[in-house]
Amino acid sequence: MDLSYSPDELAFQDELRSFLRDELPGDIADKVRLGADLSKDDMERWHAILNARGWLAQNWPHAFGGAEWSAVQRHIYDVEAAAAHAPRIVPFGLSMLGPVLQKFGSKAQQDHWLPRILDGSDWWCQGYSEPGAGSDLASLKTRAVRDGDHYIVNGQKTWTTLGQHANMIFCLVRTDPDVKQQEGISFLLIDMDSPGVEVRPIILLDGCHEVNEVWFTDVRVPADNLVGEENKGWTYAKYLLTHERTGLGGVGSSQAGLAAVKRLARAENHNGKPLIQNPHFAARIAQVEIDMRAMATSNLRIVSQAAAGGAPGLEASMLKVKGSIIRQEINDLARRAAGPYAMPFASEAVEGANDTIPDPHGAGPVAAQYFNNRKLSIFGGSNEIQRGIIAKVTMSGGA
Amino acid sequence: MNFDLTEERQMLQDTLRRYLRDKYTTAKRNDILGSDAGMSSDIWAELAELGVIGALFTEDQGGFGGAGFDIAVVFEELGRAGVVEPFLDSALLGGRLLAAAGKSELVEQMIGGDVHLALAHGEPGGRYDLDHVHTQADGDLLTGRKAVVMNAEAADYLIVSARNGDTIGLYLVNKGAQGLDVQGYPLLAGGRAGEVTLDKTPGQALGLGLDDLQNATALALVAQCAETLGAMETATHLTKDYLMTRTQFGRPIGTFQALAHRMSDLLIELEQARSAVINAAGYLESSDRDMHLSASKNLIGRVGRLVAEEAIQMHGGIAMTQEYELAHIAKRIVMADHRFGDTDYHLERFIALSAA
Repeated sequence: MDLSYSPDELAFQDELRSFLRDELPGDIADKVRLGADLSKDDMERWHAILNARGWLAQNWPHAFGGAEWSAVQRHIYDVEAAAAHAPRIVPFGLSMLGPVLQKFGSKAQQDHWLPRILDGSDWWCQGYSEPGAGSDLASLKTRAVRDGDHYIVNGQKTWTTLGQHANMIFCLVRTDPDVKQQEGISFLLIDMDSPGVEVRPIILLDGCHEVNEVWFTDVRVPADNLVGEENKGWTYAKYLLTHERTGLGGVGSSQAGLAAVKRLARAENHNGKPLIQNPHFAARIAQVEIDMRAMATSNLRIVSQAAAGGAPGLEASMLKVKGSIIRQEINDLARRAAGPYAMPFASEAVEGANDTIPDPHGAGPVAAQYFNNRKLSIFGGSNEIQRGIIAKVTMSGGA
Repeated sequence: MNFDLTEERQMLQDTLRRYLRDKYTTAKRNDILGSDAGMSSDIWAELAELGVIGALFTEDQGGFGGAGFDIAVVFEELGRAGVVEPFLDSALLGGRLLAAAGKSELVEQMIGGDVHLALAHGEPGGRYDLDHVHTQADGDLLTGRKAVVMNAEAADYLIVSARNGDTIGLYLVNKGAQGLDVQGYPLLAGGRAGEVTLDKTPGQALGLGLDDLQNATALALVAQCAETLGAMETATHLTKDYLMTRTQFGRPIGTFQALAHRMSDLLIELEQARSAVINAAGYLESSDRDMHLSASKNLIGRVGRLVAEEAIQMHGGIAMTQEYELAHIAKRIVMADHRFGDTDYHLERFIALSAA
């Protein structure tokens, strides 16, 4: 056991810090710091900068053009990038589809799609959830019927994050309706420009357009776009969800969020003293910081174990539950700290609006973020689903 | 002891509930939320006609109510429907202050729905402290900045707090007065507010001070607690219905014990909140008024967060969408914690007052 960074890791941390200082565009960092909406161009610019340095695909093997960082390196990046107000890396191609193609895709699929993820030729989104299939994902109904060398796809996906920017979507579709639910699902790559694909916006409760509905009407998809074997999609989906979850401790975001709460609580006054000296508020901050410090170590333990080859299923579920609770608690503290200035609707965060927040301490849209991040315990398998997995694994001996 | 509403209050409740259920639909409210004014003058006028404003004033003041339970009945219904029109700020806070100052003509116009008011009291950096007033009164000329002033743009008159030496006084300022500037913006939970600056702006001294502000705030606390209770009733009702109809894994999700027990907890806490509102309204005229009000606001703040978060979580994604009723209701519940002192503010005040 040794909790300190090795000399190599410290050197890596230094290298990252200079990189972020020199390469992260100031206008993008300002938007992240103020909680403003990032444009597609902002996200693509940042991806291109990371890619030029070879640091975009952090978890991919060298063979596929990845950085192949260790668990500790990825942790250091999460913390430093969040502290520098770098945008999060859009995960759909890099963290979700990439690993699936590397493990289950054909050589031709790997050669074609992986470089296009790196250089930004394709923007991927995820077609999993449906209106009737949320927590119960395996009950999905979007149908794909084989027709010669194509599939014909009909159905509807929902909660498609950033689907408005995407040109490609990876979907779970039902290819056999007559077997056990999980055994009739396939994993299909669909061009969003195909005739019959329609994207409709969903406006969230904070006013932002972040998610979408995607409708498929007689969409013709080349059979070459099937990943792995027909009707084996559930296996690939579970593999992907495990990868999706390992980042969900959200340590970097939590640390940056807590630092912002402290800044605000130093600026705010309550009864003539800085709010951060108020015993009740100080206790609230301390409690969440204590939890966060333990969770950061849990995160490192679990990610290291995954890197060593252990399947992180159970632990990833635990991390997702605890990590989301901590991040939501920090959002709650931020709105409390802002006081009456939490109430204005920071509509400059919404495309096309130009109202500014009057808050003299620059709290930003803290209440909108509080509401937006309620999603953390709902998406990617709700916390109830995660608790179900934990109970099933620990009390009946199998997932 | 009697926990029944009087016949008059029961009638008012029934009338309001029926009107709001029929007229103040989710679609109608979403239209209002998307409008530049952030409120509907038709709804305002019709509710005034139904007696919503009159119920907030005593007979002496030109109304037909004015007691804690009148205020509670009205605002519980407004909260249940997620009404964003500024009855609390314009009618109750503004109106009752003007009534205290003997401005009976203005109060009469207000009760009829013809005049809008705004209380311009809080200041940047003042959070919830009532005596934090840096705006200066030099004779009748006012200079300073007021923060997050509800209904500031629509108000025909602003009631402005200002300091003259050690004394805090309230002044009536006309819309369009010299040196008055209002920068308006929408609020996350609906309605509009503004930053108000005054630069040697003429005001008329109302002969009211900090005590009157405290009395008006006490009324507002009853109203805010009752409004939040109404909103929580809607949130729990929507959640219960959803748990019984949403099917996953082949059965209604409410049949999963993990969710059923959490729903039961919400119902238990909702009854706590209902009693807290009764305490707030019932002790409004008592000598330990402020201790009771702080107890209620603290409890409503805690239960409110639980209800809003659990209602969203148990719904899942659908509750995250703007167009679903719960989204607006949840925002009303949580943002109520940012008015007239939050959960921690009232915890501290309760400690101070209950130890005394």
